[in-house]
Amino acid sequence: MRQPDGSSSMLTTRVDAMLGWVRKNSLWPLPFGTACCAIEFMSVVSAHYDLARFGAEVVRFSPRQADLMIVAGTITDKMAPAVKRIYDQMAEPKYVISMGACACTGGFYRAYHVVQGVDEFIPVDVYVPGCPPTPEALMHGIIKLQEMIQNGETKYDRLKHPEPDRTASAG
Amino acid sequence: MTVSSTQSLTERHPLADAFPGDGVETIGNDADGHTVLAVDRSHLLEILRQLRDDDRFRCDFLSDICGVDYPDRQQRFDVVYHLANLDSGERYRVKVAVDEDDAVLPSAYGVWKAADWFEREVWDMFGVRFEGHPNLKRILTHEAFHGHPLRKDYDPGQRWLLTEKDIMTPEWAREEQLDDQHMESQVLNLGPSHPATHGTLRTVLRLEGENIVKAESEIGYLHRCFEKMSETHGWQQVIPYTDRLNYCSSMINGVGYALAVENMLGIEAPPRAQVVRVILSELSRIMDHAVCLGANLVDLGALTNFWYFFQIREEIYGLLESCAGGRLTVSYARIGGLAHDVPADFEEQVRRLLDYIPPFVADVDKLITRNRIFRDRTEGIGVLSPEEAVAWGWTGPCLRACGVPYDVRKAHPYMGYEQYEFDVPVATTGDTYARYLVRMEEIRQSLRIIRQAIDNLPGGPVITDDHHVALPPKEKVYTEMESLIWHFKLIFEGIKVPPGDAYHFTEGANGELGYYIVSDGSGTPYRIKVRPPCFALYQAYPHILEGLLVPDAIAILGSLNIIAGELDR
Repeated sequence: MRQPDGSSSMLTTRVDAMLGWVRKNSLWPLPFGTACCAIEFMSVVSAHYDLARFGAEVVRFSPRQADLMIVAGTITDKMAPAVKRIYDQMAEPKYVISMGACACTGGFYRAYHVVQGVDEFIPVDVYVPGCPPTPEALMHGIIKLQEMIQNGETKYDRLKHPEPDRTASAG
Repeated sequence: MTVSSTQSLTERHPLADAFPGDGVETIGNDADGHTVLAVDRSHLLEILRQLRDDDRFRCDFLSDICGVDYPDRQQRFDVVYHLANLDSGERYRVKVAVDEDDAVLPSAYGVWKAADWFEREVWDMFGVRFEGHPNLKRILTHEAFHGHPLRKDYDPGQRWLLTEKDIMTPEWAREEQLDDQHMESQVLNLGPSHPATHGTLRTVLRLEGENIVKAESEIGYLHRCFEKMSETHGWQQVIPYTDRLNYCSSMINGVGYALAVENMLGIEAPPRAQVVRVILSELSRIMDHAVCLGANLVDLGALTNFWYFFQIREEIYGLLESCAGGRLTVSYARIGGLAHDVPADFEEQVRRLLDYIPPFVADVDKLITRNRIFRDRTEGIGVLSPEEAVAWGWTGPCLRACGVPYDVRKAHPYMGYEQYEFDVPVATTGDTYARYLVRMEEIRQSLRIIRQAIDNLPGGPVITDDHHVALPPKEKVYTEMESLIWHFKLIFEGIKVPPGDAYHFTEGANGELGYYIVSDGSGTPYRIKVRPPCFALYQAYPHILEGLLVPDAIAILGSLNIIAGELDR
């Protein structure tokens, strides 16, 4: 709902906040695990680290049922079309965590068959460094994403509500 | 270029009489006792056949085929075949040189089925064609790739983009089924992203109802260019890359690589380092089997066991982290020993693990070994006869499940394995259930080895004092001129491995993990070829599938333990 002067009303912000609160506590991850990081991801969802404590343990391998894609491992040029298609198949709102050095930047594989960062073709919300990251680091990444969802700072939010173009109005 | 492709050759080699024709150019032995033959291309196939069939050789096992590029030589490429007689333990290396303009060889697929994917890899990486190969096309790189990346003149960073329209579909999968009687016939893509493919495996299936009538596996979805990367790094810098081959048991790969280079340098790690390597390698083997069995059981619907096995892994991670700093990719081995000594409470931690692990294994044993559902789904499923398994180049637990008692630790002991008492578990049925049983027993045998090793953990240094190889201690670098010079030279120039080539192999968690190393005497490797056990295991997979059901495909895949990092490198 909009005010006559164009600003948002109280009601809209509260719905946003409530939606954010709901979404951040019910993330359903799709682990796109390809390599070593996938093994650490298994640790995160296993008994010892137990991702359920942060409301993100419902791991789904179908993109139709998931809203958080965790790219865990090296993405090669051969795999890239599959990653892109699976990302496209996910329903909105959707978020991406890039787990590990390879998914973030290609890592130490500066090579002829390796994508130099998965953000070459899909938008990434949180980059988790490490080779592989410790389970604590991935959990930190998920908590960070939850904050971003609450505050409306994810790539998805920015796409839906682009900031007004300040440079144009200033001119 | 100082690399020589043949070495220590003699005219009067005892086996020279076996080859009366002019097909064998030279024959000799390398430092490890492996017989090296240089063969003329026109006689290659008949000599390979002779090596398999002649009673003097009986090479039933083809472990690897790889290429080496020498751009300055007139005959640019060497193709190297690694053969073995599993009964006598004799090893053979056959080299054949080919020109760049006429890079064609006869395919050895008719001699050993194992040649199938290895030849495709040589074609993909070097552009050497194999005439008579049933399905010669790219294997590791993608369909829109140009050039052959392991040629020395290929830029390591040159990428090619793949779009959806170029994605491979086998010819037979594109054919429409015209027969109206086959309404239920369809093509199913199992992977590359599928919950049961554990990573990046893809198999295209032709189904009649639920029966698989044809299958083809496509790999390379995790081809991270390990071999090209190792040519652009120093000898020690390769170790972190080896960790990421079989990342479920990274310590074993690093140790295998360090042993291979130490073998070429003619040095040995100190006794303490050897024993620590054994302990951590065996713990890694347990970890690897735990994740294999755990994941396999999840795919068959037995989730509980996965939590039990992962708890074992967590505890072992704790020990590895306190030794090396990393949980999964440890980078703890060094050429000449270990990165640094183990923590003060190492022995205590290992003994705690020895008590901690068995109850979890016993729990799974109780839940699964006599479980009717599990046995119905695995017994008699995915059977391979011992002859076929050897022909496909199988090694490790999967080969032993077929009844062949080949274990590198027993057949060619290294790192002091001959001192330990342990059994090599062998099953006879060769099915999915047998592979489960063998892995369970290997966990127990590994614990046995660790128990003996920790009782006899020697003191002393953990890295060699040869300053051509290992950095001198820091306090000496600061106080002694000579040590400072050694430090400087090692950092700037790296280890100098003497020119030549060698094949060294160890028992990885999945089987024979071999490193074929070519050195030109400089500070970086000239060529490192990994012989990944998974590669040979997985090439038989589509052939096993034909005639089975889709659920069987899942059960078999899990029991083979295909690790993409090692498969695709």
